[in-house]
Amino acid sequence: MISIIDYGAGNVASVANALETLNEPFVISSNEVEICRADKIIFPGVGEASFAIKQLHMLNLFSMMRMIGKPLLGICLGMQLLCDSSKEGNVSCLGIFPTTGEKFDETKTKVPHMGWNNVNQTKESKLFNGITNEEYFYFAHSFYVPVNNYTIATAENGIDFSAALEKENFYGVQFHPEKSGEAGLKLLENFITLC
Amino acid sequence: MVAKRIIPCLDVKDGRVVKGVNFINLIDAGSAVELAKRYSDEGADELVFLDITASVEKRKTLLELVKKIAKAIRIPFTVGGGISELTDIEKLLKAGADKVSLNTSIVKNPNLITKAARQFGSQAVVAAIDVNIVNNVYKVFIKGGREETELEGLSWCKKVEELGAGEILLTSMNKDGTKDGYDVDFLSELNELVRIPVIASGGAGSKEHFLEAFSKASVDACLAASLFHFDILKIKDLKEFLLANGIVVRL
Repeated sequence: MISIIDYGAGNVASVANALETLNEPFVISSNEVEICRADKIIFPGVGEASFAIKQLHMLNLFSMMRMIGKPLLGICLGMQLLCDSSKEGNVSCLGIFPTTGEKFDETKTKVPHMGWNNVNQTKESKLFNGITNEEYFYFAHSFYVPVNNYTIATAENGIDFSAALEKENFYGVQFHPEKSGEAGLKLLENFITLC
Repeated sequence: MVAKRIIPCLDVKDGRVVKGVNFINLIDAGSAVELAKRYSDEGADELVFLDITASVEKRKTLLELVKKIAKAIRIPFTVGGGISELTDIEKLLKAGADKVSLNTSIVKNPNLITKAARQFGSQAVVAAIDVNIVNNVYKVFIKGGREETELEGLSWCKKVEELGAGEILLTSMNKDGTKDGYDVDFLSELNELVRIPVIASGGAGSKEHFLEAFSKASVDACLAASLFHFDILKIKDLKEFLLANGIVVRL
């Protein structure tokens, strides 16, 4: 069973639709106990970082997410919230990945970074099993995670940034696999079956 | 590098797709969900749905349609048409839409852009702007192109960017339905002026018109409707043509 965390800042419907397509049983929940019962956790996210972190605190999910030893996939803002902090609203985040979310430089590139971009797999990861290198995925974001020790894939928008992260049971993707056609479904399937 | 996007636009009335020529003479072009699926399979990068239903039941019908579309396709889509409240936006996004496009409502209440961007992120807020030439000046039109406003085209585009819009969908009414090409001059100026992505709309009649908009006006995306609905142009053929001419597209 997969649980999709619903904390009022995620595109929950789209992730749920993708899991339905994959015939994966799931629950959508904001309840700590229910989320803990699942085998794997998907942490979607759209919107603004400081609002999202506030929601996690209010729902009492913040510490649980840090401590849980089960595979957890953060999507888009969900991935950024797994880092130490974000410059979006200057907020302290979950602290899994030791880095800070930065804003794209508007003088160098269009912001938001919006559309399909190719993803360069820089380290071996189960998440990208069977997915061609440089495959296109759909992005929609203004803040990014710099390339760091836990980066497993990068994309380019004025600069190279982290398209995916991995550390122990924590995974993150900056793009939206639930909106990235067949390749996106494959990545979600990989997370569910291999990670 | 982010790929240039091809976006079919579906004008929807009561769940069916219609497309006007110069905003009049509507011709039925099929079921919205079926067409959405077809375009997604054929390689469209995104879809835009503009609801032109006028009935009181509108919201409910539209939400049901959005839910069906979100289940049927795995690419992003934008929904627009008569959205004026934050609660409407929230319902549409929760039903599975990725972005909403706002047109008349933001002219009347520019603050709506800022509020929506703050609550849902600017990536979810598309400012749809219809312009037409009046006495040699580009003026902004609202209410589906029926009402002229005092606003000047480029300055309104700059304003929506400052207010927090994540994208501009620019429809050149002077070109819409003519099939003689996008308004490359205006789009070039617009693209110089703003730092958010620009979607060109109005005037596409051939593959060359898309190439021109991407290479000369450097727009981020091109939108078209009847060309695709009536099978005059296949998305795959169009993308292969663009790629062969040096435009980065997703194939």
